[in-house]
This record gives sequence, structure tokens and C-alpha cells, in this order.
Amino acid sequence: MKNSMNLEFSALSQNESFARITVASFVAQLDPTMDELTEIKTVVSEAVTNAIIHGYESDPKGIIYISVSMDLEEETIELSVRDKGIGIRDVEEARQPLYTTKPELERSGMGFTIMENFMDEIMIESSRGEGTTIRLMKNLSKSKAFSK
Amino acid sequence: MSLTVEMTTNQNVLCIRLAGELDHHTAEDLRNKASQIIETEGIRHIILNLGELTFMDSSGLGVILGRYRQIHSYGGEMVVCAISPSVHRLFEMSGLFKILRLEPSEEAAMHGLGVITR
Repeated sequence: MKNSMNLEFSALSQNESFARITVASFVAQLDPTMDELTEIKTVVSEAVTNAIIHGYESDPKGIIYISVSMDLEEETIELSVRDKGIGIRDVEEARQPLYTTKPELERSGMGFTIMENFMDEIMIESSRGEGTTIRLMKNLSKSKAFSK
Repeated sequence: MSLTVEMTTNQNVLCIRLAGELDHHTAEDLRNKASQIIETEGIRHIILNLGELTFMDSSGLGVILGRYRQIHSYGGEMVVCAISPSVHRLFEMSGLFKILRLEPSEEAAMHGLGVITR
């Protein structure tokens, strides 16, 4: 059985915690471990923060779209975070650890590295002037152990 | 969900205790409060107590790195204590342990910096 949900909200920094807590409570149906839940919350926070700071350049009129789809038997999670912002000039460059276009805002440049480490798969689609979609996939550890 | 920032100074050491969630939204307040004290009180070293921190992402790494740079220019040191496994993982991933020292407790951190506590 599949279960999915969609969320859209203003690109405001106070919505970062709202987004990660909402996604975490939705995926709690799969009974993830505490570590898995922390990983999911962290990647939501990274992707939403990127959309606010980079996609919309801190313009609160921007809207962020999150969709989560879970397969309850396979215990897999598919998460997408989308913005209609300025897009990423060079995706490969943006994925490099410690790379940031906004050092003056004390950005660590670790967002994509964390997303890659905490999830099983990541896909980045971005076009200049149209926006960015980050798709993230995760298999929960129980389903991995079961399939062995 | 928010972040509580408690700061105390002992000689030239600033102890920052964080409770709650450190993300992009809460990082700015921490950045402003901490950098002001560092400048006005002649702070040289920082002890970061993360014992009550329940969440942190890369924005937290950025603000910590920023304060490190601030004191490093005066020859200061940054010590982190009471760190959770998930925060430990983020620090490791970003190479922060190459520049910060890890101590189990605030007392150990104080002792390591040569501050006499009673």
C-alpha cells in the first residue's frame, strides 16, 4: 500500500522546523529508528533552507512544495522538495562539500553532502529562472535487513 | 521549537550553552548574540556545550565555524562538549574536529583551557 502527502508553504525560515516536524510525523507510520528519523528531519531542513536562501534569495513571497510518498510494504520513502526560484547555475559545483555561493551568510556548504550521506539516492533537477526540485529516496533499515 | 542560548564568561572564556533546535532560523540570533559578546568582552576561547541541543543541521555548522574564525584570528581555541551522536556525525562529515577540540564535559573543557574553576 502507498501513502502520500503534499505540503506547500511560504519560504520563511520559521517554516523550516514546521516542514521537518510535519514530514517526520508522516513517515513515523513506517516506524523508523530514531537515527532514521533524525536523518529525514535533517535532509528536509537542508533542502527547505536551500530553497529559501538560494532558490528564493530570502524572498518570503516564494512558495515551497514538499511531497512525500511511502510504500508501506517495501518501507521506502520518496521525498521531493521543490521551489520555483532562480535555479542552480552549476549543480555539480553546488554538490561539492564546503562549496557555497553565500559565504557572507556563514553558509557551511555542507547541505548537499548531508543529503547524499543521509539518504540512499538523490536527484537534482534545476533550470535557471524556473526552479529546483530535489528528489530523495530512502529505504528503511528494517526492509534492507528483511530482503537479505 | 526554538533555540535557547545561555552565555556566561569566565576570564577570557565564553561558554555557550545551547538548548533546542539550531537551524537557519535560529542561527542568526546565536550569531548576533555570540559575536557581540566576543567583540565587546575580549573573548579568546569558546566552550560550546551542546548537551541540550535536540536538532542541528548545516546552518548550525556554519554559525559554529563563523565563531571559530572570529576567535581564531585572536589565537583562540574552540572546545565542544556534551555532543550527541547525531551532531557528532555532522561535525565529522564536515571536518570540524580538525579545528575544534572535543571534551566530555564543561569542567574538562575549562580545565583544558587552563581556567581555574571552584
